[in-house]
Amino acid sequence: MSEEFIVGIVVFVLAAFVGFEVIAKVPRTLHTPLMSGANAISGITIVGAIIAAAIGTEILAAVLGFLAVTFAMINVVGGFLVTDRMLEMFKKIPGKR
Amino acid sequence: MVELAYLTAGVLFIVGLKGLTSPKTARRGNRIAALGMLVAIVVVVVDLIGLDEKLAWGVVITGIVVGGGIGAFLAIRVQMTDMPQLVAAFNGFGGGASAVVAAAEIVRLNAVIPTEFAVTTALSLIIGAITLTGSFIAFGKLQGIVPSRQVFLPGGTATNGVIALAAVVAAGFGIFADSATAYWIATGFAAILGVTAVLPIGGADMPVVISLLNSFSGIAAAMAGFVISNQALIVGGALVGAAGLILTIEMAVAMNRSIASILFSQFGGGVTAEDIGTKPVNRATADDAAIALAFAEKVMIVPGYGLAVAQAQHAVKDLANALEERDIKVTYAIHPVAGRMPGHMNVLLAEADVSYDLLLDLDQANPRFPQTDVALVVGANDVVNPAARNDSDSPIYGMPILDVDEAKTTIVVKRSLSPGFAGIDNPLFYEDNTLMFFADAKQALEDALSAVEAL
Repeated sequence: MSEEFIVGIVVFVLAAFVGFEVIAKVPRTLHTPLMSGANAISGITIVGAIIAAAIGTEILAAVLGFLAVTFAMINVVGGFLVTDRMLEMFKKIPGKR
Repeated sequence: MVELAYLTAGVLFIVGLKGLTSPKTARRGNRIAALGMLVAIVVVVVDLIGLDEKLAWGVVITGIVVGGGIGAFLAIRVQMTDMPQLVAAFNGFGGGASAVVAAAEIVRLNAVIPTEFAVTTALSLIIGAITLTGSFIAFGKLQGIVPSRQVFLPGGTATNGVIALAAVVAAGFGIFADSATAYWIATGFAAILGVTAVLPIGGADMPVVISLLNSFSGIAAAMAGFVISNQALIVGGALVGAAGLILTIEMAVAMNRSIASILFSQFGGGVTAEDIGTKPVNRATADDAAIALAFAEKVMIVPGYGLAVAQAQHAVKDLANALEERDIKVTYAIHPVAGRMPGHMNVLLAEADVSYDLLLDLDQANPRFPQTDVALVVGANDVVNPAARNDSDSPIYGMPILDVDEAKTTIVVKRSLSPGFAGIDNPLFYEDNTLMFFADAKQALEDALSAVEAL
């Protein structure tokens, strides 16, 4: 196996552990924004999509690149925006107790 | 340098997710994660410009504008009650994008890829394709385009096993014979598997399905990260994979079922429908409900999917306001699997300006029911079914429930006596201290509010 691949595995495993530790502490009330926010982060594949679209030379590569960028951007922009919209609503309202 | 910049993006994702551990810092956290995404995008663009080659920027910019526009439109327009289907759709686009990235790499390299990278390429294709089609079936079920009941396929789980095996064999052929065609066949089987695996899963199990597909969209992105050797994708994808997995496990625990049994077993429907509706119940009018509520000291509201269907979140809040004016303490008990996705009820109540500190978890709510005068159940059924506690023959036996039957009086707002998703009768409805208020949730709450105000 190439060194590059092994470094990738190390990064993957460490990131997954950090993810477990941090995300296990997210309260249930925020589980929907967590899901939509995490979903937006999975749009990081936009980086690969931009590379694929930019370096593609044939028609097929251009079509695939365009699809990848479009899908990933829906994910990124939609995901972060809708999460922001939801989180804006979560308020602690002082009331009569 | 470029590597360090991608690492910065990964760190911003982690810091952003950490912000989500408290409602106070959550909004800032989400923005920090978005900043991480912006950093990654700027870095890749700058890096590509530095290549000094002729690049297809027109394709990139068109994709960014079209995709960004669609995403923004959907995010701004969506109703909060429709959030589960939107998240399902976004999961699908994310998984689909990762699959297409892997596909573009196969095209570019003519399928000649070193074995270890070929494996991750195949995984990105397969997991991405399952996520894409599975998410759109989930979207269809939540939107009501595809029947939300369990649709049984010929052969059941065995059929899915055969399709999965076919995808793996085709992918193996692609990996070892450097055959692009084999990769495409594998992708095709994976896409079919997404459909056939999600179709048989009923509406109430959607929280698990959406969580799992969320996890898949992350894993697909991480695998795509191996394909193009990019750390930002690996970190971001691993984080999302972990988040989705945690939610999946939590949902399964809240139903006392294994993930495998939710995905592969044909659940519920054991009790025949004719048993239901023959026993006497205490029927209540809006006035009966109003009197019980207005003379209580402590009221616990228990929302379920029916609240979302009826768009009754504001009506609930209006009624709660009227009760609070009478110095009645109103809190809300939220079951982890109430609704169609994790945290669904919390978002709806937040939209109606309910303070999040009044929303109680299962563990916080249950000790309070014995001191609660009225438990008001709105559109929930299986999550308040005492059979889960008492009846070892019940299909939902062992599932943690909200003990609303321990409140002095329970009012159940429901359209009819029809059983919940599990297809089983609910003994709660026949209890002496249960009042059944048969109506649409929104109408019922509005009528109860008028009646309270008239007292």
